Amino acid sequence: MAGKMKRLLALGAVVLTTTALAWAGSDAQPKAGGESKRMITKAEQCVEPTDYMRRNHMKVLNHHRDETVIEGIRTKKYSLKECINCHASEETGSVAAAKDDFCVSCHSYAAVKIDCFDCHSTKPQGSVAMHPLNAETAHYKHKLAAQTKSKISAEEMAGVAQ
Amino acid sequence: MSDMKPRSDSTPASPERRRFVGAATATAAGLAIAPGVMLYEVAHGRAEEQAASSAVRWGMLVDATKCASGCNDCVSACSTENGWTPVAESKHPKQAPQWIRKLELQDPLTQMETNLPMLCQHCAEPPCVDVCPTGASFKRADGIVLVNRHTCIGCRYCMMACPYKARSLVHEPLNDTQKPDVPRGIGCVEACTFCVQKVDRGDGNTACAEACTAAGHNALLFGDMNDPESEISRRLRELPTKQVRADLNLNLGVRYHGI
Amino acid sequence: MASITFREVEGSSPKYWILLGFLGLFVLFGALAWNYMHHHGHVVTGMDNQIVWGLPHVFAVFLIVAASGALNVASIASVFNKPMYKPLAPLSAILSLALLLGGLLVLVLDLGRSDRLIVAMTNFNFKSMFTWNVFLYSGFFVLVGIYLWTMLDRSVKSYSKAAGTAAFIWRLTLTTGTGSLFGFLVARELYGTAMLAPMFIIMSFAYGLAIYLMVLAAAYAWTGRALGDAVMMRLKTLLAVFVAAVLYFVVVQHMTSLYFTKFHAVEAFILRDGGSLTTLFWVGQIVIGCVVPLVILLSSLGKQRTWLMIACGLVILGGIIQMYVTIIGAQAYPLDMFPGLTEKSSFFDGEIHTYVPSMPEFFLGLGGVAVALLATTFAVKVLRLLPASLDDASVAKLEH
Repeated sequence: MAGKMKRLLALGAVVLTTTALAWAGSDAQPKAGGESKRMITKAEQCVEPTDYMRRNHMKVLNHHRDETVIEGIRTKKYSLKECINCHASEETGSVAAAKDDFCVSCHSYAAVKIDCFDCHSTKPQGSVAMHPLNAETAHYKHKLAAQTKSKISAEEMAGVAQ
Repeated sequence: MSDMKPRSDSTPASPERRRFVGAATATAAGLAIAPGVMLYEVAHGRAEEQAASSAVRWGMLVDATKCASGCNDCVSACSTENGWTPVAESKHPKQAPQWIRKLELQDPLTQMETNLPMLCQHCAEPPCVDVCPTGASFKRADGIVLVNRHTCIGCRYCMMACPYKARSLVHEPLNDTQKPDVPRGIGCVEACTFCVQKVDRGDGNTACAEACTAAGHNALLFGDMNDPESEISRRLRELPTKQVRADLNLNLGVRYHGI
Repeated sequence: MASITFREVEGSSPKYWILLGFLGLFVLFGALAWNYMHHHGHVVTGMDNQIVWGLPHVFAVFLIVAASGALNVASIASVFNKPMYKPLAPLSAILSLALLLGGLLVLVLDLGRSDRLIVAMTNFNFKSMFTWNVFLYSGFFVLVGIYLWTMLDRSVKSYSKAAGTAAFIWRLTLTTGTGSLFGFLVARELYGTAMLAPMFIIMSFAYGLAIYLMVLAAAYAWTGRALGDAVMMRLKTLLAVFVAAVLYFVVVQHMTSLYFTKFHAVEAFILRDGGSLTTLFWVGQIVIGCVVPLVILLSSLGKQRTWLMIACGLVILGGIIQMYVTIIGAQAYPLDMFPGLTEKSSFFDGEIHTYVPSMPEFFLGLGGVAVALLATTFAVKVLRLLPASLDDASVAKLEH
């Protein structure tokens, strides 16, 4: 039973991703020019390995959140604001405005409701797209420019979803 | 709105620079003037990995005699800094949050009029913290009373308990209009935070006090009440001040002169 | 005792299903109202930053207070050893559980973040009356549940008195906690008094008993079982005592406040100048809720079943109005931050705050009532809660 479910899930994931990639590719290529322009803007180097972050981002975020809110410690590592600064899509300037934006794309796939953005802004201080040299985000610009082409595979997605 | 933006954006951005500026000022001040001043400067330039400390108690002195009638600059500055819609622009004025408001008082007998801003008084013994069932309403080590929106369930008991009507419930979805530094959201209670994002950044001042000074009224003075050398402490020693509803003995962080 | 047989109601008649469907409809309305409020936020309600607790709280607190009062009859039976009340005890216990369930549902569904109920269950601040109430409510469910078990299961019958006593003490504590939700507030003139706790207890006696009497009479009338006057007349006298005591507490509270100059303005607001709130106080709380029921209960009118039911209905209606005046009235009067000075601001300082309840709030409140009645209706079908007959002859046998 479980095996069958898994296979179905994986199949669904493959179909979905293929469609999404085809769509994203056709739409994004012409506008982007030399620089790659993807729906999910992914930094070259996150604060932790991607695999770790996929599974544990809420663990580190929750820990950091308590320190920030209660003790006033506002370090950049693991701060939601920094996640947003780095991962906001260049299209929408947000991590959760469109269905392909960084947070939403995975969360809708895994069917996990995001509670963050009832209260938190989904956009960096002064949108990345609008002000590429914004003082708050300038130090990430080189990372945005050097995005890798690697796509999230269906297997990886399915792994996280479980 | 837009003319306020450059100011908030022009604040030191990188932690390195901020720390450097803070340390440099502290060292310079320490060498040049007195050890007391150095303490003062260090307290303001708290490093970002350092927790808020109970050695500091943030407070505000409101000089009602300097508060101009009809002037709303502190309110506008607060709304701009913290991203809440000014009540005049709200579709639901009775349900619109107001973190700070101008209060006009009059003695019915003598006709004497007083103007002052009313905001969260940042009590040392806050009734809102006492009644909060989940502990979402809390007092930070440096005396700032805040709502942890992650645990606020929107029961509004704190609003029932606050003697200053300082708190508001967010009645409608905010649709991603929040400031990145000031999360706020539907169904949660909120109030003045003494611009905690600015305090943690090392600004050492609130948006309302900055605006009041910019307007030339100088009715608002923000600072560390625990530091005897701070300007607010010096002024509080000289000026007769009162606490609102002093009968409740809540030991307020906001003191009024001229009421 | 052996002469009393408990029997489930058959619950197969169209009348039963119509009742169940009718109540279910109101539960559905309540659910829709919650969904609407939750989706749009409190902006669609009449509540605002001045009147922060509205009609849902009126219903919720009334139901919670009535819940502990509904346990009265059972308490008299087992704690005070009155055999005549023994057959009446199981219904009393189930009704109190059902009312508490309804009240709590309204309370939690009115939260700004009702989706975060789990947070309220896992984060506690023990200086908060609300936190204490969370434990008092849960404890009440457990204790009354055990108490009900000792009544229904012969093998644990010997623990009935112990369980009943525990439940009795707990329910007194619970209503003390409910009253203290308001009593422990320093900000508002009409709250912040120890008087509220005992006053809420005596109110719970009256409201709970009135609801119990109506449910009992309805259950017996609709199932065609015999309900003799011996039972009803006893409970009638008890209700009269409770209603008189409520009136006494209300009078003492206002007389005390009237003596203090600092409370004159707020007392004048409730008693004289408050417009609809003043009308609700005098006509609703005092006349409908206390005076008229007292006249009916103490005169010969009360001997007639219909009039007795009218009196109960008035006590319930008066009770809801009393909660409205207590909860909304205290918020409608502005906070007096600068005594002796007039206040004006964009935040409505110094003004009397008006409140117009919205439809969703009303239906959310009614939904709670419907949940309570639906649970009771269902329980009497599946559990042996009601004696097959309560005619005078079988009740008389219990006395000996």
